[in-house]
Amino acid sequence: MAYLELQGIEKEFGDVRVIRGIDLQIRQGEFIVFVGPSGCGKSTLLRLIAGLEETSGGKLMLDGRDITDEPSSKRDLAMVFQSYALYPHMSVFENMSFALKLAKVEESVIAEKVARAAKILNLTDYLQRTPKELSGGQRQRVAIGRAIVRAPKVFLFDEPLSNLDAALRGQTRIEIAKLHRSLGATTIYVTHDQVEAMTLADRVVVLRDGKIEQVGTPLELYDRPANQFVAQFIGTPQMNVVAAKDIQAWVQQMALPVEPDGFLGLRPEHVTLCAAGQGLTNARVELVEALGAETLVYLSTAAGVQFVARQTERTSLAVGMEVGLRIDLDEAHLFDAKGRITRTGKARPTLVH
Amino acid sequence: MAQRSKYPPLLIVRTLAAWAITLLLFFPLGWLILTAFKTELQAIAVPPLLFFTPTLENFAVVQERSDYLLYAQNSFITSVASTVLGLMLAFPAAYAMAFFKGKHTKDILMWMLSTKMMPAVGALVPVYVMAQFAGLLDTRTALVIVFTLSNLPIMVWMLYSYLKEIPHEILEASRMDGATLWQEFRMVLLPLTLGGLASTGLLCLVLSWNEAFWSLNLSAAKAGTLASLIASYSSPEGLFWSKLSAASFMAIAPIVVFGWFCQKQLVQGLTFGAVK
Repeated sequence: MAYLELQGIEKEFGDVRVIRGIDLQIRQGEFIVFVGPSGCGKSTLLRLIAGLEETSGGKLMLDGRDITDEPSSKRDLAMVFQSYALYPHMSVFENMSFALKLAKVEESVIAEKVARAAKILNLTDYLQRTPKELSGGQRQRVAIGRAIVRAPKVFLFDEPLSNLDAALRGQTRIEIAKLHRSLGATTIYVTHDQVEAMTLADRVVVLRDGKIEQVGTPLELYDRPANQFVAQFIGTPQMNVVAAKDIQAWVQQMALPVEPDGFLGLRPEHVTLCAAGQGLTNARVELVEALGAETLVYLSTAAGVQFVARQTERTSLAVGMEVGLRIDLDEAHLFDAKGRITRTGKARPTLVH
Repeated sequence: MAQRSKYPPLLIVRTLAAWAITLLLFFPLGWLILTAFKTELQAIAVPPLLFFTPTLENFAVVQERSDYLLYAQNSFITSVASTVLGLMLAFPAAYAMAFFKGKHTKDILMWMLSTKMMPAVGALVPVYVMAQFAGLLDTRTALVIVFTLSNLPIMVWMLYSYLKEIPHEILEASRMDGATLWQEFRMVLLPLTLGGLASTGLLCLVLSWNEAFWSLNLSAAKAGTLASLIASYSSPEGLFWSKLSAASFMAIAPIVVFGWFCQKQLVQGLTFGAVK
């Protein structure tokens, strides 16, 4: 039975339909990530679940209860805002205990809960400080602490790492993952960063223009994208997608079951380089990005088709050199003219956790 | 820095100019205070006297002739009442406009401001007739109502600009934490806007205290404010300069002292919107 269920959720701002019919079932204890490009409606959807916006249609069920018309204060959800939204006039302790104080919990219980959360988040020494006196990372942890203390039914995170620098972001991401493992709380996490999506999620919901494109585990989305949008959204660098029209030679040669107006998709790691003339086709090196652990090579064929190849070995290739492209067409994902998947790449074994 | 000297010429010029302007602005007030302590003869002396033996006889006469305390009490009551009433009306309005901005919010704010551009005398006849009809002439009630309404546009604007600065996510966070609207207001919004409320209230207090036009036109003996007191000294018999000065001095002293103590908040309130 779904713990949190969205049924036909709709949202309009004036004439604009921002959320266009979302159906989703979330199990208890799951870590769900909403991911998608800017403007896809992921933050709006989160706010609808939180009750900060009213739905224009549809039903929202939490633990068997219909909360569609309940105000935020009665939904037993906790939200961590992108800008942290700490109360500036209260100390860290008061920030974290505010909700419990409103619920008229006993002071000793409040003190104990706050102390426990502060210990988990390394905030014990900062309990008497005000938000002004904290760094960005510390404020972030107070915002998370404020949510943990309440032990809500569902945690909602709205792009919590966007305002942190890269190093802190990586660190905090790991802390959030560890937190989820130890608390086991149902979590909905909104981000535009697919690395966060891939690493934190039990399941990822890819959104575009207010609709769900695909729901699945991170590796499901990576290996078996349902359409071109998901295929290109998940995975950095982007999957190479070429129109069948541009590679007619290969289609005929390999008898690829792709529509004439369809598309072929290949992950950069499935494009290997060899000496010119020895591969499926030749290409000219346009750019080499040496990232240390891996190297990305940007290529362009004579016909002007662009490819990105990823390899773990260092390369001596330079711009302008001609190389051969070896492509494992078994790994190719085939899409129809509308971008829907018609054949995914070779099924790979999924490790069971 | 090219300049070696401690006081570059430009700085000296600017300092002198600042002092000159300050003295110019302060001069009428300063002269008023001096004249209040002169006798009538000394007050009209030519050339004007700067040094003289001060006397308190004018203050005694003013206190004898008219009931200073009554006028002061009326000023106090009307100012405070109109400030409190104004805040109670302006705050919810500003809250709605700052956090629930609609299509026409900007238009409403502009319209409110535009009403301040009309000279008060334009509304004198209708207001007088309405006050007469309601039997409110020469009552403090009429003055409180008129003061409140006159100051409301400014109060709404000031509170609006203060409230706009508060990130609405903080209020949303309080809602997620389980706060009802009243708790959200009392425990989160109010502490954060206390400064704004204080500045706005102070400004309204000063504006109401100094209000002369409506006080003179709508009141006579019973509800007269200190403005009426001052006006009563410009009589057809001639201008009694020193007594007039004494009366003026007694009228503005309370608010000047008050403003002196609250000048930080007042300035903050008046210039708050300018910096952003």
